Amino acid sequence: MAPTMAEQPTRHGPLELHGLSVEGVNQCVHCGLCLAYCPTFSELGTEMDSPRGRIHMIKSLAAGRIALSDSVVEHLSLCLDCRACETVCPAGVPYGRLIEAAKAEIERQRPGRPLRRLLRRLSLRLLLEHPALLRLAAASLRVYQIVGLQGLVRRSGIARLLPGTLPAWEALLPPIPGASERAPLPPLIPAEGRKRARVALLTGCVQAVVFGAHNRATARILAKNGYEVAVPPEQGCCGALNAHGGDHERAVDMARRAIDVFERAGVDAVVVNTSGCGAHMKNYGLLLANDPAYAERAMRLARSVRDISEFLGREPLRGPLGPVPMTVTYHDPCHVVHGQKIRTEPRKLLAQIPGLKVVELQESDWCCGSAGIYNLTQPEMATRLLHRKVNHILATGAEAVVTANPGCILQIQAGLRAHGSEVPVLHIVEVLDRAYKSEGASTAPSETSPRSIAPAKPALDRAGDVAP
Amino acid sequence: MATLTDSRKRELRRELETVVSPGAVLSDPDELLVYESDGLTLFRALADFVVFPTSAEQVAAIVKLANRESLPFVARGAGTGLSGGCLPAEGGIVISLMRMNRILEIDYDNLLAVVEPGLVNLHLSWAVGPRGYYYAPDPSSQQACTIGGNIANNSGGPHTLKYGVTVNHILGLEVVMPDGEIVWLGGKTRESQGYDLTGVFVGSEGTFGIATKAIVRILRKPQAVKTVLAVFERIEQASGAVSAIIARGLVPAAVEMIDHLTIQAVEDAFGCGYPRDAAAALLVELDGLTVGMEAQAERISEACRDNGAREVRTARDEAERQLLWKGRKSAFGAYGRISPAYMVMDGVIPRTKLPYVLGRVNEIVATHGLRVGNVFHAGDGNLHPNILYDPRTPGEEARVVAAGAEIMKLCAAVGGSISGEHGIGLEKTDFMPFIFSATDLTFMQRLKSAFNPTGRCNPGKVFPTRKSCGEAGPVAYRPHPIEEKGLAQRF
Ligand SMILES: Cc1cc2nc3c(=O)[nH]c(=O)nc-3n(C[C@H](O)[C@H](O)[C@H](O)COP(=O)(O)OP(=O)(O)OC[C@H]3O[C@@H](n4cnc5c(N)ncnc54)[C@H](O)[C@@H]3O)c2cc1C
Ligand code: SF4
Ligand code: SF4
Repeated sequence: MAPTMAEQPTRHGPLELHGLSVEGVNQCVHCGLCLAYCPTFSELGTEMDSPRGRIHMIKSLAAGRIALSDSVVEHLSLCLDCRACETVCPAGVPYGRLIEAAKAEIERQRPGRPLRRLLRRLSLRLLLEHPALLRLAAASLRVYQIVGLQGLVRRSGIARLLPGTLPAWEALLPPIPGASERAPLPPLIPAEGRKRARVALLTGCVQAVVFGAHNRATARILAKNGYEVAVPPEQGCCGALNAHGGDHERAVDMARRAIDVFERAGVDAVVVNTSGCGAHMKNYGLLLANDPAYAERAMRLARSVRDISEFLGREPLRGPLGPVPMTVTYHDPCHVVHGQKIRTEPRKLLAQIPGLKVVELQESDWCCGSAGIYNLTQPEMATRLLHRKVNHILATGAEAVVTANPGCILQIQAGLRAHGSEVPVLHIVEVLDRAYKSEGASTAPSETSPRSIAPAKPALDRAGDVAP
Repeated sequence: MATLTDSRKRELRRELETVVSPGAVLSDPDELLVYESDGLTLFRALADFVVFPTSAEQVAAIVKLANRESLPFVARGAGTGLSGGCLPAEGGIVISLMRMNRILEIDYDNLLAVVEPGLVNLHLSWAVGPRGYYYAPDPSSQQACTIGGNIANNSGGPHTLKYGVTVNHILGLEVVMPDGEIVWLGGKTRESQGYDLTGVFVGSEGTFGIATKAIVRILRKPQAVKTVLAVFERIEQASGAVSAIIARGLVPAAVEMIDHLTIQAVEDAFGCGYPRDAAAALLVELDGLTVGMEAQAERISEACRDNGAREVRTARDEAERQLLWKGRKSAFGAYGRISPAYMVMDGVIPRTKLPYVLGRVNEIVATHGLRVGNVFHAGDGNLHPNILYDPRTPGEEARVVAAGAEIMKLCAAVGGSISGEHGIGLEKTDFMPFIFSATDLTFMQRLKSAFNPTGRCNPGKVFPTRKSCGEAGPVAYRPHPIEEKGLAQRF
């Protein structure tokens, strides 16, 4: 007779949470190789806050071994959904999908207190789906900043008296750009030089308002590289925030809408400059797999989605590029490096800019704590991770941080500010745009041969490095 | 096992919290659940508490408290062990060392470092790497496992062939003894006076006390490294090549074998560059002085070709070398691509018996209607047959265990051993009599009693608990608590 200690599911049939399959838990062989790469485990040392532990909890939940108790909810909610564990997992556990299903189940069973629900509704549904409202909100925030109230609030420490996570919201507020930057992009930007292809640009929801400059820069560099850029004005939000926040139904609706819009645009690729959206849209196929009317179309659209670095990094940039004489360091956004497995392309792009020196950042592919709205829902862990990130950045001595996602930009900028540092945080499209703009102002020949930039020390692609 | 009442549990929790801190004690069953297994999911056992100390003094206080309450306790590192070693087999307190992970001192002149036990193995090499040094023992789990766990299991790795196992790299240890006293074994000098207690402690699988600091050797990185990949059409050819390499007096740093099934898994995982159609591949690494390395590599290639290698090539650059090693080191985890669970065996055999034993292993596993993947330290004759199975299929686990026992018997029969590096733990206690006589076991029990007279420190491990299994020591057989709970049966 044999030891029969391995877990027997107490519920039979396929493992599901909130109607979403979590069969992927069975791929986890419990080896633990992911542990030291999980930011929350590294900070706390508790296995409930590790990938292996969370998978074990999700499996036990689905099998009916445990219920969604307070502590289970707490540990699952503390997950950043950064997916660093997916990058290192040799067994190929689809962790992102598992945690999304778990979060949807949490949302169903525990929709939260009324105030929280209201806030969620406001932010997730109302603002994200109605760009006009979002613009209005932005305009009032800008007034708040311009009249100097913000400075007063920050100096006086009044912010700390605000309820709940509002102080965290406050600290993150970026300078809201003026009306010209917030205005929508024209629906079509023609290619410069020989036309290579026609692409669409996802302008995002929050992105379009707060970071309109990124979209403009993205459109300009795409045009410089010979792409005609369509910007469908009727596009809305891709639904990523809803999916990560556990609002599965709404996420599916939004995906259908995005598919309709981008199909009509008739493009070869949909280019995205926000990592969470890109990673999510690439997942549309799975999201809509059970919808006969959309399954195939979703798959097709997902295949055409490209992150901007991925898209431009495939071949040398079309010159000429002017010099950007400065030392920078690159932070890998989770949903670029882990969610979309894009690691070398941004570095290749930066290496083509004359005069730009890139220094390596330790733990460059570790989450900065932004993680969608994580910094607002889990301010304590977010702050710990931000602190860790900022210390690594300051150690490089770089004059600017380059990254590729608005959430990271807000978070890291706020972190640097809190450390009394003026180092700016730039989107990679801004740096490329600067290089194109500075051309002509300089006599330096444009250099396009890629210089190699080694990723920082314990980057995950070197997981399991042998020492010598 | 003492069963704690709820109120007693609450009181104890409060006491533990005063020793560590409120955020450093777990007793909620949902939280304890994730500590029920290590890297071997065949066994599980629930603790009453998991505690996270941050100093030797805190560990000592926890141990004293456990003794006062007659509660068993067990140290846990990263829980990557493959023999159930860190499981609280009889309940009690799990002492997690994960919050004691600092590097306290690095002394490059004397080639040593003082570290806490929860430090991840690879992180030590990362810390000393920029100055040109590294920590040599490199278990394949080194990206996650801890120095403390390595010490307890005397862990090896691919480079064990040339550099030895953990015990060869530990100079001294601070240990909280099972009665709560804090002692130092060994020290910073290479030759210490008196008994070599460090050597005795390393490999004691957490049954002799809890290591709270370790003085470890660090080495200078070799001047040059060369990695050769040899591809074979038949597994016997690969075995032959291993023997030939050693017989020709070559001393590679590592000789690893990866079979066909394992290649499929690691290629699915990371696309490392192993040819998918090969029956087996050998990964041979040379390190040392640049002078003469080329010639050595040539002789290795020759030995492989003489034994029928269809292709022999050298990793072109560091990136390719890293990728090949990444494949090798992720192999166990990569089985998740092709099977929902696996049980890794850890036998040692004389190298000359390699072709015979590998053939027999495949036969045994096939007879039980199962699949096996082999990836192992061929140079040392340290086999790792990984039996793939699905825990959801009724009866499959029983067949895995039966096949495992036959493989262990086979290893013992050809003059080998039942554990190369993963320890006896909970899993292999009953196999001990295959290789040790009753007298041997009694002697070992006496040594254990000297360190751990009450047996409260990591009970239920290493020694067989059944009389008929050759148990002759002071501990009489009684049903294992996990058997009583109906979670396990002995066979
Ligand atoms: C994918 C994979 C590959 C592996 N490859 C190898 C390999 O190549 N070579 C090899 O030897 N092993 C290997 N192992 C097995 C395992 O990683 C090692 O045994 C490792 O040393 C365990 O370390 P850990 O920190 O995870 O310890 P744990 O699993 O937590 O504990 C292991 C044992 O150590 C004891 N212990 C832990 N900390 C202390 C302490 N501070 N003081 C006293 N006792 C302590 C525990 O009580 C337990 O008995 C592998 C495992 C996996 C999952
Ligand atoms: S690395 Fe993958 S298989 Fe291993 S424990 Fe983590 S999630 Fe599971
Ligand atoms: S997604 Fe990130 S935080 Fe969550 S378990 Fe994986 S590594 Fe940890």
